[in-house]
Amino acid sequence: MLDIKSVSKSYDGHQALTDVSFSVKEGSIYGLLGPNGAGKTSLIRIINQITRPDTGTISIGGEILEPSHIAQIGYLPEERGLYPKMKVQEQLLYFAQLKGMSKKQAKQELAFWIKKFEIQDWLNKKIEELSKGMAQKIQFISTVIHKPKLLIFDEPFTGFDPVNTKLIKEEILQLNQEGATIIFSTHRMDTVEELCSEISLINKSKLVLQGSLKDIKEKYKKNLLAIELKTNNKVEIDPTIGHIQKQEQHEDQLCLEIQVKNQNRAKLISNLMKTGELTSLKEIVPSLDEIFIEMVSH
Amino acid sequence: MGKISLIIKREFNSRVRKKSFILLTLLGPILLAAIMILPAYIATLPTDEKVVLVLDPAVLLDFDKGKEELKFNYLDPKVFDLKKAKDFLKESGHFGLLYIPTGEGFDPDFMRSKIKFYSEDDLSLSYKNYIEIRLESYLQKEKLKAEGVDPEILARSKTRVSLQTVGLGDQSKANGAVELKMAIGYIGGFLIYLFIFLYGTQVLRGVIEEKTNRVVEIMVSSVKPFQLMLGKIIGIGGVALLQFIIWIVFGLVIYMATIHFFIGDALNSANLNIPGGAAIELSAQQEFAFDLQKMLASINFPLIIISFICYFIGGYLLYGALLAAVGSMVDKEVDSQQFMLPISLPLIASLIVLFRTLDNPEGPLAFWFSLVPFSSPIIMMARIPFGVNTWEIALSLFILIITFLGLTWVAAKIYRSGILLYGKKLGWKDLLKSLK
Repeated sequence: MLDIKSVSKSYDGHQALTDVSFSVKEGSIYGLLGPNGAGKTSLIRIINQITRPDTGTISIGGEILEPSHIAQIGYLPEERGLYPKMKVQEQLLYFAQLKGMSKKQAKQELAFWIKKFEIQDWLNKKIEELSKGMAQKIQFISTVIHKPKLLIFDEPFTGFDPVNTKLIKEEILQLNQEGATIIFSTHRMDTVEELCSEISLINKSKLVLQGSLKDIKEKYKKNLLAIELKTNNKVEIDPTIGHIQKQEQHEDQLCLEIQVKNQNRAKLISNLMKTGELTSLKEIVPSLDEIFIEMVSH
Repeated sequence: MGKISLIIKREFNSRVRKKSFILLTLLGPILLAAIMILPAYIATLPTDEKVVLVLDPAVLLDFDKGKEELKFNYLDPKVFDLKKAKDFLKESGHFGLLYIPTGEGFDPDFMRSKIKFYSEDDLSLSYKNYIEIRLESYLQKEKLKAEGVDPEILARSKTRVSLQTVGLGDQSKANGAVELKMAIGYIGGFLIYLFIFLYGTQVLRGVIEEKTNRVVEIMVSSVKPFQLMLGKIIGIGGVALLQFIIWIVFGLVIYMATIHFFIGDALNSANLNIPGGAAIELSAQQEFAFDLQKMLASINFPLIIISFICYFIGGYLLYGALLAAVGSMVDKEVDSQQFMLPISLPLIASLIVLFRTLDNPEGPLAFWFSLVPFSSPIIMMARIPFGVNTWEIALSLFILIITFLGLTWVAAKIYRSGILLYGKKLGWKDLLKSLK
């Protein structure tokens, strides 16, 4: 769906993006991660053709990006913005038409969203008369009204209350099921873990991590096992097999965290079972949060 | 083009529907008339009366009463000498004391050199002139008397002249009605100045608003920054043009109504009087209306209106592009001050030159300022009622258009990089950088 190839961009001596490449599969939900100032917004602006890359190319559906593709992209910027003096209906029709819809199409599509979000009563209100949550919904509609194939959400849930967050999340998933490709730019890892299948992590203008969430977690796990044994004795392990990081006694249960050396998992377990009854065994997988912090702080 | 027209429509509609637009359109002409006429009217109002004491033992002034706001009160020379008169001035708080010494044998030349005016406050230039002129005329009279001229003859020889200017042939520029031409030139130039300022500032404000609302990010993800800038400038310009056209229609209606009521009546009464063979007696008002109509007929209104529209569009687009660029570089209107100064300077300078132009519409100052694109819209409008060569208008419009195109290109570059920079206060250095 979207192919980013060796994109670099610098402003005024400041390097915003350095040789960034990745692809977003059609119909996927993609996470674009990175700390503030890493270059996410710069990349999103380039995808939206707000700015042009210094070098590199971006193609959408196999075609090099050009102005006619604007109609296929929906963009919800982190800094939300609507015309405060404009009425809800006028505003939505205006944005839809700017994205290339005819007035008639825009009206039809608007009717759908009016029903869905029950905003009939707001249509002739000015944006400045709406509550923040209401305005957010209008902003969301303005992003998706022209039925874009590619949706880019920059920190979509900031400022939403939990009810609206849930509502918008459901809508996004619904759009995804209907075939839209979604890109989330965020530093909220819970959203990413919940929704995204693939991610890219950008730090200091460079792509530092890229791949499916599962693979990345697999790659970053540290062979750490959480084990519970029914015993009152302390456990010792041969250092060639592994290394105990934590040992806690809760009544007759001994809780252990053990880092296992390569290929020695079976040996470790059989050793431990000699000490007591094994009641629980889990592999500790790093959270995306931890991976993120580790990558960024290096 | 489709997207630009959408933007133009939005900018236009959102402003035309505002109450402030309707109000300004209706009250504008009244306010404008007030701005232009009021100072002149106030100047003609009588100021508080000032009384000047006059010690004139020689009766040179022949007990002249002075004028309405500057009265002469004569002191009895038998009671007052100069010292006593000065003391009396201090006590009584009169405006001043005019002392005319007698000298030896009432020699006018001696008196001339010794006349003095004593006062606490400064004597204003116009009062000083008035008193000097009065004194000169009385002294002259005395001198003529001394030469043996009969005062009777002197009185009869007084003449007033009001020069009538008549053009040479059809192509002549001079055809009288200078006062009316000055008025039209002033109104035309001033209106352009006002429109550029008023609507140029709206462009500035509109750009800043879009930036502070952050709506600009959404806009530029749908349209090119250049389209957004141009759409905004054209849309707001359309509002100005609509307002201007409404005013012109207003003006025409008022003009027609005036003609109908004043001249229509005059013609009717004239027609009625002819069969009786009596001379047509027109009231002063009717005569004025006749004169006015004759003068108005001598002015090329279509040319003035077309030029106004051309120069307004050119001038507005030029300043509008500059102001859009300024707006894109700041987050708050307050921050725009540093850039506003160099933009408003040529406008203000034009306004000053405007007055000189009305005085001398063919002078070099008027000529050059009507070619420089930053002042030509205002100055050329002041010149056109007096008649300007076609090549001058063509050249000045050509320069204006070329400059506008060049500046829009520059402004678009600044605008493009400016609108996406938030929270950063930009200076001249950044401005130059964005041009690279």
